[in-house]
Amino acid sequence: MPELTLRETSAKTSARLEWTLVGLGILALLVAPFLVYPIFLMKMLCFALFACAFNLLLGYTGLLSFGHATFFGAAAYFTAHAVKVWGWPPEAGILLGMAGAALLGLVMGFFAIRRQGIYFAMITLALSQMFFFFCVQAPFTQGEDGIQGVPRGMLLGVLDLNVSLNMYYFVLAVFLVGVFAIWRIVNSPFGMILRSIRENENRAISLGYSVANYKLGAFVMSAALAGLAGSLKAIVFQFATLTDVTWQMSGEVILMTLLGGIGTMVGPIIGASLVIGLENTLATSGFPVTIATGLIFMVCVLVFRRGIVGEFYARIFGRAGKD
Amino acid sequence: MTMIFGIPVQAFLGQLLVGLINGSFYAMLSLGLAVIFGLLRVINFAHGAQYMLGAFVGYLLLTYLGIGYWPALILAPLIVGVFGIVVERLALSRLYDLDPLYGLLFTFGLALVLEGIFRYYYGVSGNPYAVPPLLSGGTNLGFMFLPNYRGWVVVASLIVCFGTWVLIEKTRLGSYLRAATENPRLVQAFGVNVPLLLTLTYGLGSALAGLAGILAAPIYQVSPLMGSDLIIVVFAVVVVGGMGSILGAIVTGYMLGLAEGLTKVFYPEASNLVVFVIMAIVLLVRPAGLFGRDA
Repeated sequence: MPELTLRETSAKTSARLEWTLVGLGILALLVAPFLVYPIFLMKMLCFALFACAFNLLLGYTGLLSFGHATFFGAAAYFTAHAVKVWGWPPEAGILLGMAGAALLGLVMGFFAIRRQGIYFAMITLALSQMFFFFCVQAPFTQGEDGIQGVPRGMLLGVLDLNVSLNMYYFVLAVFLVGVFAIWRIVNSPFGMILRSIRENENRAISLGYSVANYKLGAFVMSAALAGLAGSLKAIVFQFATLTDVTWQMSGEVILMTLLGGIGTMVGPIIGASLVIGLENTLATSGFPVTIATGLIFMVCVLVFRRGIVGEFYARIFGRAGKD
Repeated sequence: MTMIFGIPVQAFLGQLLVGLINGSFYAMLSLGLAVIFGLLRVINFAHGAQYMLGAFVGYLLLTYLGIGYWPALILAPLIVGVFGIVVERLALSRLYDLDPLYGLLFTFGLALVLEGIFRYYYGVSGNPYAVPPLLSGGTNLGFMFLPNYRGWVVVASLIVCFGTWVLIEKTRLGSYLRAATENPRLVQAFGVNVPLLLTLTYGLGSALAGLAGILAAPIYQVSPLMGSDLIIVVFAVVVVGGMGSILGAIVTGYMLGLAEGLTKVFYPEASNLVVFVIMAIVLLVRPAGLFGRDA
């Protein structure tokens, strides 16, 4: 979706602004658990990392995956199973979840990159639905019940994750490392090639890049990072269920990214916070979440395509992107 | 008892019939998707929701107004079609100049809203819709017992598919439509009202989904979730067939329905997965789809 992103001219100023925001954001996250319920914050951080991982694919490579719940949910299952049934320590469980998600990403990506645009979206959706049916039937996921009562355990054998603040700062650390990794990928030569594919795939091909390999690489990285988020969520909430592999979950991460701003670093984080916050509020009000989510989708697409952060940039730098 | 591959012939044909019924719905829905995509370049994610809407309109007409199946067979597609026209005029028409992904995302949101509304008022459990008296009962074909309504659904879906194919391939309106698919600006320059054509096409596609919905109501339960489960399979069907041709969409729909029925006979655990597996194989062998023209 090229028309959404900022041109390089305003990149410098936007980078300075982004760094200020990032500094303030990290500061706020460090003190946040003393002001807000830590479980809520951890949920927010997990989904924010998920959305950032998704944005690596949609925002910077231009591929809309409608199947990212697979990686998020599968990693949660793998981690929960390893920690609970095999008695692995949490860090090993999380690494296993990430590796599993990357492998699934490799398989799904291998099929999906054979088509482009909306076909790509439909293929990823179909394959993730296939994985959902697999999870319903496979014995290790324990069907409708899911894997429950996953122990949080001791991180590296020393840090007790059952202490809420320890868990929170671990999640925050992983989140920051994950987002930093995405930032590094996006701003590396590899990331530049990804952007060139997004802007003009045919030209990238004619310049001699093997576009398919780059797309697959981006897909696997995005899947692995989405898996990291899912594994983390399994440890925090101590369960892994079918909810995380449904197509609704894939839709949710798209919404977070769209609402925050496709192709911006902080957009998905803000989008995820808002969506999770909204869901928390609605959960007590009795108003159906799907209606609210659907309405936000429609409004975003019709009048708000740059998302909150994108619109903010456009206002500040006066670059009224034509769309 | 006669056996085919060690399976009683009755059970075999029974599952084949289920497959044929499912195939009829895949064909009707992928046909609607192909018609809409052909002209609008929009993947109508709300197609499943519109199918659900068709079934619910039938159900509500019967429950609150006492209007039976046969009038509903006309009214439900009409109402869903008008709903589609309103959606197209108010929203979709603003998205044509953008990346087609936005159309997908918008209709996805629309599907969520529709599903959410019906879920809020009617819960997730299904509501039964009686088979019309004229078609209740069944016929003994000698080799198997055919419930009349199921036979009717197969016939009706064949008529609908054939009718749509004739409309698009053989009539004047259809030729405008196909021309507008190739080059909308040129067609507009010849004095054809292309925006109106787009609106009507979306209305027609939605109406087809609504018609499939009311046909499905007596077979499956009328439930808010009936569409979203189906639409993902239909997407896989569309990927297999490619959206290049109307006939391709129809044939692929029936074929995959039958394949699913056959799988249910031999390896029931995989019957949910078989369409997706076929999709994966087709992507490996012929990425453009069986009837697709472009990669």
